[in-house]
Amino acid sequence: MIKVEEKLFQNRYRVDAGRPHIEIRDAAVCQHRCVSKPCTFCCPAACYTREGDGRVTLITDGCLECGTCRVICNEHSNVQWEYPRGGYGILFKFG
Amino acid sequence: MSEKFDVIVVGAGPAGNAAAFTLASGGMKVLQIERGESPGSKNVQGAILYSDALEKIIPDFRDDAPLERHIIEQRMWVLSDDAYVGSTYRSAAFDQPPYNRYTIIRAQFDKWFSGKVQEAGALLICETTVSGLAMDGERVAGVHTDRGGTVYADLVILADGVNSLLANRAGFHPELKPRDVALAVKEIHFLPEPTIESRFNVQPDQGVVIEMAGNITQGMVGTGFLYTNRESLTIGVGCLLSDFKTRGVAPYRMLEDMKKHPSIAPLIDGGEMKEYCAHLIPEGGYKAVPQVYGDGWLLVGDAAMLVNSVHREGSNLAMTSGRLAAETALELAGAGKAMTARNLAAYRTRLENSFVLKDLKKYQRLPQVFDHNHQFFTDYPELLNGAAHTLLTVDGVDKKTKEKQVRKSFVRRRSPFGLMGDAFKLWRAFE
Repeated sequence: MIKVEEKLFQNRYRVDAGRPHIEIRDAAVCQHRCVSKPCTFCCPAACYTREGDGRVTLITDGCLECGTCRVICNEHSNVQWEYPRGGYGILFKFG
Repeated sequence: MSEKFDVIVVGAGPAGNAAAFTLASGGMKVLQIERGESPGSKNVQGAILYSDALEKIIPDFRDDAPLERHIIEQRMWVLSDDAYVGSTYRSAAFDQPPYNRYTIIRAQFDKWFSGKVQEAGALLICETTVSGLAMDGERVAGVHTDRGGTVYADLVILADGVNSLLANRAGFHPELKPRDVALAVKEIHFLPEPTIESRFNVQPDQGVVIEMAGNITQGMVGTGFLYTNRESLTIGVGCLLSDFKTRGVAPYRMLEDMKKHPSIAPLIDGGEMKEYCAHLIPEGGYKAVPQVYGDGWLLVGDAAMLVNSVHREGSNLAMTSGRLAAETALELAGAGKAMTARNLAAYRTRLENSFVLKDLKKYQRLPQVFDHNHQFFTDYPELLNGAAHTLLTVDGVDKKTKEKQVRKSFVRRRSPFGLMGDAFKLWRAFE
């Protein structure tokens, strides 16, 4: 098993505590209507987790701000995606 | 802030910096807004800098730009699971200044470029996210920021990158499609300079790029890369997002598997990984380029989907589009003309007349061809490596029989008709 957390640990972040910049619009859509839940395996920072009961949980702290989750959710448009507030989020040392 | 500017540039990447620099140098009052703590802190690229596009903006950039290594050798590898067939072009001519291309580290490069923009007279505000466009009827009149202020300008240049939420929300173009973007992930691994130089057979300041295709993308449409920086290597892989979505392979797993390939692992062995990045790359080509101008606005760089995925070029298209956007605005302002859609259409014409849209147009069929013909990324790499293995193994089998075996392997896998069709498709795509 690859621990993406170990990769993300190398990165620099300024987390906007309590103000996630991405939110799932309607949890029921993920749980009941979306079968494949591509965000749970496409997100390069593994921010999305598929729970045992089919729910999808999102923790944005490791987000790389690529936009993948928003673009792949094209059937359901269930990802409310904003950039973090200015100065917050990933801070690439090298990019 | 209720001040009014001639132009507001959103974003301080290559496109935004090129635009802001050209505008400010031309005497316009420019405000540039960047959401990162400093320019570059939100930006991701391989990264190769092509000198020509920057030379046309800052001719003496080599004097102080943070450049890693100039590229003297380009390798193309087609990989199977345990082998690769490759071609290499190495030239002493690429070792003669002025150098044609360099590896760069974007966080450093963007900061340097931004310094030039500010020297030219543009005002830069960092740590500020533009939350929306301020409209005056159908016309873009300025931007709203997350600091609560609205700033006005005659023209807003959107250089806000591939996601370009602003243009999308203003209705200038629809949401990105998974098949029009590639998701790339990469890591940077630090190694001592002499180690890099001996592993890649180069002298100090000389560098190598390796572009890769084949089994490393696990059946998806995509490529991998390995670039030599001064004291680090960047290694990454990218595939169409639509393929990631249907195949169910996590991008970081693909990168981990690629790093274990027996031809790649020794090159990065012992490196210290210091950062992991991900980025979307617009790869839809000419047909995916949205409307790039309107009343009071222009799109440049990734926001306008200006990437030549065939030649792995993007930042040079970004800088050129930024410059052309600025030159369009300067010309209109000089003639006392308004920044209307009708007048700004000249920007599209400039793009069409430059290599930017000429190159995208040349390869306009390619994205669809690859998307519908995964055999170019699956069957052929294996067939090529199998053929090389058969022909290069000395085992008492005569050469004529070996050639027959190779021919048979191709026909069995793709059928005579399939082979001809594939050849035709490639010819049409690259024509």
